[in-house]
Amino acid sequence: MDKIPILKMGEFLLVTIQVDLYDRLALALENDLINMVSKTEARGVLIDISAVSIVDSFMGRILGNIASMSKIMDAETVVVGMQPAVAITLVELGLTLTGVHTALDVEKGMELLRNKIGYLPKEEEDLYDDII
Amino acid sequence: MMTLSKETLTIQREPDVIYFRNKAKEYAVKIGMSMVGQTKLITAASELVRNMLRYANGGEAVLEIVIRNNIKGVRLTFADKGPGIKDVKQAMQDGFSTGRSLGLGLPGAKRLSNEFDIKSEVGKGTTVTIIRWKNGL
Repeated sequence: MDKIPILKMGEFLLVTIQVDLYDRLALALENDLINMVSKTEARGVLIDISAVSIVDSFMGRILGNIASMSKIMDAETVVVGMQPAVAITLVELGLTLTGVHTALDVEKGMELLRNKIGYLPKEEEDLYDDII
Repeated sequence: MMTLSKETLTIQREPDVIYFRNKAKEYAVKIGMSMVGQTKLITAASELVRNMLRYANGGEAVLEIVIRNNIKGVRLTFADKGPGIKDVKQAMQDGFSTGRSLGLGLPGAKRLSNEFDIKSEVGKGTTVTIIRWKNGL
């Protein structure tokens, strides 16, 4: 069976969805991600959907589920790179993606995650120590 | 309304959904539909094909390029021999679902289409037809 790879980057997990998801693949991703959050104690999950050409109600529900489950496990979820046509369609479909944070691209998504969890890079922390 | 080309696909398994979505996109591109139009059509198709798989164990999906008043469009027909829908009016309401879904499938697909028609008979099956025109909003 196909699998969507999950990359660990520091305190975050990064998922880039490159294929059109069918339901079982999306469910497997939900499951794998939650297990990874628990295993790696990740504080944030970033899902890049820039290559995804459609998000229907099922896929939307999966994104919402991932966000709520991660939240319970003390991790924030950001969905990045949604194509304009997909955003327009989602709203008309009636899906608001409640609880899911969004950002335009991976970089902005990372920034948002860092802000959400109040993360400071190691060197900066040291700097603050010196000042104090 | 005239049909210019037509193709019928059998939907039995989940991967058939992806194949069907790609076919629908191909048809939409062929008549020069906008990106937003394509996405709306394919998303509506995805909802309706899923319904067919979930509630009726599959069925037949027909793709057509149609023309009316010199304007081309894509018509998709989803026909199943499932249990049928008892109360179509209720099924068309946002948030109503007999499964555990969000209940956006049918009303959402209607909003994403330019034309929408549903016929259902308990014990016989359900047929949903949608059209998106090339210049549709």
